[in-house]
Amino acid sequence: MTYKKSLAVPFIIWILAGTIIPIGAIAYYGLTDRNENFTLENVLAIGDSVHLQALWLSVLLALISTVICFLIAYPLAIIMRNSNLGKRGFMIFLFILPMWMNFLLRTMAWQVLLEKNGVINGVLETIGLPALEIINTPAAVVLGMVYDFLPFMILPIYNVMSKIDDSVIEAAYDLGASTSKVITKIYLPLSIPGIVSGINMVFIPSLTTFVISNMLGGGKINLIGNIIEQEFTVSSNWNLGSGLSLVMMLFIIVSMIFLERFDKTGEDSFI
Amino acid sequence: MKKIIFALSLTIIMVVLAGCGSGSGEKVYVYSYGDYFDPELIEMFKEETGIEVILDTYDTCEEMYPVIKNNSASYDVLCPSDYMIERLIEEELLSEINFDNVPNIKNIGDKYLEMSREFDPENKYSVPHTFGTAGILYNTEMVGDKVIDSWEDLWDEDFAGEIVMQDSIRDTFMVAEKILGYSLNTVDEEELKEASELLKKQKSLVYKYANDSARDILASESAALGVIWNGEYLYALELNDKLDFVVPKEGSQLFVDSWVITKTSENKENAEAWINFMCREDVAKKNFEYLTYSCPNVAAQALLDEDILNNEKVFLTEEMIDNSEVLKDLGPKGNELYSKYWKQFKAE
Repeated sequence: MTYKKSLAVPFIIWILAGTIIPIGAIAYYGLTDRNENFTLENVLAIGDSVHLQALWLSVLLALISTVICFLIAYPLAIIMRNSNLGKRGFMIFLFILPMWMNFLLRTMAWQVLLEKNGVINGVLETIGLPALEIINTPAAVVLGMVYDFLPFMILPIYNVMSKIDDSVIEAAYDLGASTSKVITKIYLPLSIPGIVSGINMVFIPSLTTFVISNMLGGGKINLIGNIIEQEFTVSSNWNLGSGLSLVMMLFIIVSMIFLERFDKTGEDSFI
Repeated sequence: MKKIIFALSLTIIMVVLAGCGSGSGEKVYVYSYGDYFDPELIEMFKEETGIEVILDTYDTCEEMYPVIKNNSASYDVLCPSDYMIERLIEEELLSEINFDNVPNIKNIGDKYLEMSREFDPENKYSVPHTFGTAGILYNTEMVGDKVIDSWEDLWDEDFAGEIVMQDSIRDTFMVAEKILGYSLNTVDEEELKEASELLKKQKSLVYKYANDSARDILASESAALGVIWNGEYLYALELNDKLDFVVPKEGSQLFVDSWVITKTSENKENAEAWINFMCREDVAKKNFEYLTYSCPNVAAQALLDEDILNNEKVFLTEEMIDNSEVLKDLGPKGNELYSKYWKQFKAE
């Protein structure tokens, strides 16, 4: 073994243990039944009305939260780009700060905050406003998704934005472009790689989450992630759970390929 | 193929974890419900016997089952519920306990061993740890003048948005089945369908489907009434003294959670020492004070205050026990049926 190759050994073990073997195990369980015979039933089970319904709801909620994240993140990225260095660093720090805390804890915090007799309603009540009743509804789940995944939208967009040459923007203004023109004709096209990667990093975890819907949906919001989780924890049916996971993987790969087409620069944007 | 995958992943995990493992010495691997005994007892057990306890926990028996079935981790002692023990015995995943090593079994009351015979007919495999029943915990102020004594009160539209239900297949179905007068072990598809229709009807009234957090939601008055285990009652009362508990007149579910030893156990004697330790009266008493789930240990019961022992919400009366059913394992077909209707009801 050459020196260079031996350097790759830890990485290979890592990939083997963390990616290849688990995916192999999922594929194995997904394509067999309880008696270890080959079957496609677990994969085709996605066509079940119950599963389709959950998948549809997941896509819908993931889309909504991705759009909301984008609408918040995009203007913010422009503002951060145009701020001076110190201010910019501080703003990034503010958005990264919550990520230092475990995301389960943060989601659980929302549960406590939004509870019918929770902190938010306590405050609203004392200042005489009507109570906010969104806990255990899809709205709370979307709120949780946006809160948890927003930094993943802001950072890649900001990253690309900060690389846009100032002179390009100045040239546009010099030639008489309005601010809205600059945003649509300069910022937007040049930041597409960041947007694509941001969308991927918000849409995919939103699509597959089960923790957020468990905690903020009160057991009433059934996403495809919850169905898969329950196959493992409640129904003890690893085969069906794995089969549905395979479908989700396919779904994710397709959506990534689809998004990749928008990213004409061809830059590797999935980080 | 399956074996190879497991062997491969296990080897790699072992290699990674080998660095973390510490020293030799006697060990016992315990796999139980989360927070199901006083954590101080682990230290105490080690001091007395020199055996180190390695503890893993699960939330539901269904989560534990595949781990044991696939033998993907080598646990010695488990603490599952009745119907799951029945399934484990049936599938020959448990080993008989050598009661010579568990002399403290004498502390367990006869009537509790009799309850165990529902799922462990010869009392060969299990030693009861806790028992209890489900009922309704309610806030006496929030329910107003209404008398809460029936599962049907959970369908009362006056309580819309103030009802908490369990989020666990059998425990949730149990409520609907008891209202309809069916056995909670029914595998009749028509009856199950009817039960799931009833649950669907209730869904818009329910504030939340919750297991462990149900107690806190009720204590914080975010909801007025909910399905909960009687073992939670004493603790809930400490959090909020307006709460009261009732076992509905239709009858309820009786559970017995017990210690069992796995077939593959490599530290069987240590496992027996652990079970024996848990059965000792002072340990069982300490556990009860920590957990407040009724303990089947009569020697420990004798050490408790009269008024706790006579509190029928904590230690059930004979009548309540007779009026309740123990969950049975339904076999793969039955379980699939429950899963199917559970998913349909959840998807609504």
